[in-house]
Amino acid sequence: MPIDASLVGRGFPPTQPYPVTTDAVVAFATSVGGSFDVAAGLPPTFPIVVTFAALQDFLAAEQVELSRIVHGDQRFRYERPLVIGDVLTAALTVTGVRSIGGNDIVSTTSEIADASGAVVCTATATLVHRGATA
Amino acid sequence: MSAISDLAQGDALPEITFEITRADLVAYAAASGDQNPIHQDEEIALAVGLPGVIAHGMYTLALVGRALGEWAPGAEVVELGSKFVAPVVVPAEGAARVTVSGTVGELTDDLLALALLVTSDGTKVLGAPRATIRG
Repeated sequence: MPIDASLVGRGFPPTQPYPVTTDAVVAFATSVGGSFDVAAGLPPTFPIVVTFAALQDFLAAEQVELSRIVHGDQRFRYERPLVIGDVLTAALTVTGVRSIGGNDIVSTTSEIADASGAVVCTATATLVHRGATA
Repeated sequence: MSAISDLAQGDALPEITFEITRADLVAYAAASGDQNPIHQDEEIALAVGLPGVIAHGMYTLALVGRALGEWAPGAEVVELGSKFVAPVVVPAEGAARVTVSGTVGELTDDLLALALLVTSDGTKVLGAPRATIRG
């Protein structure tokens, strides 16, 4: 099922507010073999949690099966360090859809905002939707 | 390892090797919310044409985050990202290994760019990896 190129430019509603808790950050840091030390700050890739929620909402809205998706690219630009107690939302916009060799490449930008509405991180992601294997 | 002010352009950032097991991927899936079965279920991974269970690209990028924490503890990361150019296949038994190394790049204003090399089994797995910390 190809991804509709007319999606380019479409913005999706922000994700449900996500409170950043110590437990969630410890679980995240531990799962990649690390540890969490408040002084050292959150793992820099922690914002993937809300970014992924936005991506998942988008894929569900487009009825795309997750197992056909491979992550092609991910970048974060941080406006400030995230902290425990932040309440985050991610609002996704589709910035590109192209087709290469039977795969659809979907580019997205998610603006991650705190409870005040200030953008704390901009996450760009490219998803590769793998076409059905013969 | 060192204060950020000690890092100078051209300095080598020592190689660090991390291991990834299937159990790690299950824990990461729960912690990140990314329950894509290609990171946990061999049958599904093979069925969609992958070489086996592969690590989340974001798992590998998280390891870069850990390396940054080793090289420049407490540094504020202002930019981090990469392309995922080759899968890290994680065996059912044992572990996959990911090696991260780098070189300190130019200091522009107060931002320090780091050049990174991230490989698994000698294959580059992250393309155009980019990390910038506040110096």
